[in-house]
Amino acid sequence: MSKKLIEFINVSFRYSEDSPWVLRNVSFDIYEDEWVAIIGHNGSGKSTIAKLVNGLLFPGEGKILIDGREVNEDSIWEIRKKVGMVFQNPDNQFVGATVQDDVAFGMENRGVPRSEMIERIKSTLNAVGMQDYRLTEPHRLSGGQKQRVAIAGVLAISPRVLLLDEATAMLDPKGRKEIMQTVSNLLGKKGLSLITITHDLEEVVQADRVIVMNNGEVWDVSKPRDIFLKKDALRKIGLDIPFVAILADELRESGLSISREPLNHEELLEDLWTLYSKM
Amino acid sequence: MDIIFENVTYIYQPNSPFQHIALQDVTFQIKSGSYVAIVGHTGSGKSTLISHLNGLTIPTEGTVSIGDYSLSKEQKPNDMKGLRSRVGVVFQYPEHQLFEETVEKDIAFGPDNFGIPKEEIKRRMEEIVPAVGLPTDVLQRSPFDLSGGQMRRVAIAGVLAVKPEVLVLDEPTAGLDPRGQREIMDMFYQLHKEQSLTTVLVTHSMEDALKYADHVIILNNGKKYMEGKPEEVFTQKDALHKVQLDVPEIVQFLMKFNHKFSTSLPFKKQTIKELAETIQHVVRGAESS
Repeated sequence: MSKKLIEFINVSFRYSEDSPWVLRNVSFDIYEDEWVAIIGHNGSGKSTIAKLVNGLLFPGEGKILIDGREVNEDSIWEIRKKVGMVFQNPDNQFVGATVQDDVAFGMENRGVPRSEMIERIKSTLNAVGMQDYRLTEPHRLSGGQKQRVAIAGVLAISPRVLLLDEATAMLDPKGRKEIMQTVSNLLGKKGLSLITITHDLEEVVQADRVIVMNNGEVWDVSKPRDIFLKKDALRKIGLDIPFVAILADELRESGLSISREPLNHEELLEDLWTLYSKM
Repeated sequence: MDIIFENVTYIYQPNSPFQHIALQDVTFQIKSGSYVAIVGHTGSGKSTLISHLNGLTIPTEGTVSIGDYSLSKEQKPNDMKGLRSRVGVVFQYPEHQLFEETVEKDIAFGPDNFGIPKEEIKRRMEEIVPAVGLPTDVLQRSPFDLSGGQMRRVAIAGVLAVKPEVLVLDEPTAGLDPRGQREIMDMFYQLHKEQSLTTVLVTHSMEDALKYADHVIILNNGKKYMEGKPEEVFTQKDALHKVQLDVPEIVQFLMKFNHKFSTSLPFKKQTIKELAETIQHVVRGAESS
């Protein structure tokens, strides 16, 4: 069993004593080398979870452990070295005058020696496929490229957890693909946990597990395939169903016995081909 | 109102080192009452194009006509305000433009500036507030106490309260959750039908363009790359890939199916249900033979 990197233990949160709970009794674990997607309607508590993970907010009740250490006032600086975050708007998180300056920013703040920095800039820009843009100015980059640089900047501080909070929401389809390819390349190589908070169904089906949030509570935690079996219930809480899952349902309706819940086109085509060969 | 672009070129900061050609020799027509989707990847010129529709941008070369209004280097309309009251633009993240103390005042700001009498604004508000899916009790609240989705609805209501004939939507659902996206898009479509609006939608979503538009214009590097009915444009996979766009998912699946089963089922804007019916026939086909 791989190592638990994130533990939420009965976490509740509200902004002030007289306001309603935004999160209620939330518990889950996330492991090393695991990709977990968090989905839920606007206001379901997804982004609050992100802010709790690196101590931008603290739980009202319950506790959070990152790599075994509880998140609190004393530990936040250590925790923030372990949790790298990339947010929605690529223009709000670019601080450097060039790509390499931007990647260096986080390391400068942590006093990483120069020789080490040069090495890490090289390796992280390689990891996100931006090695040819080291001296490029940010305004010459596309949104997807800026987000890849932001990911490199985060990786440069060698975090244990990489959290993308709707990091692809403002990108065009090509930018989204770039980011998803980048993160799936990283996974399994660096002992990272990857958390993506998203509305994008393609990101959801690629994850190992999905946490579904509804009104501040954990509604379900399971594999994407099992989540999308609950189509009607998901629709009721304001979520979308992937195209293949809808098509599979319509095919069943028309009398074909599609047994497994397909996650992508190829799986459904395979099953159709098997049926076809048998008939 | 008919919209006509004739050889429109737009250059940012011309004759300077920063010169940038955003639109180049773009020509097309949008018929009154149609729903047109403008698609292209980031930087293709979509936003520059729509800023011509209400005269925020005047073409560097060529002419833009919107109904009786004509915009060119030589000729700006005297009555720009009239044009802007007929062309309503919902910009990206329109909730960033909210500023008033109450929702009611914010919605009234636009129509008030166009000289619409107070009683008439009130009357319109009664109609528009429920139409955009806001509860009437929000009117006296501060727009800044609302959720992101509700704020966006307030901003949209402000545009609709002017009663435009042309509605321009620049990625109106960016950042909303799937239900919010669907609700807003369905609302625009209903308004489009009920009030016979001419709607221009800028989008990255091939799915939305396919679902709502009757005409699609694809931009690439500031030039018109393709144009036609959605079912014609969205089946040209190779041409779309060349400009970093994808075909809608239903078309992708149909193409893969045709390949695997050596069939040539055409795409004719069928629903998922209709597609399932056709596939079912093919799969069972072997049974009878």
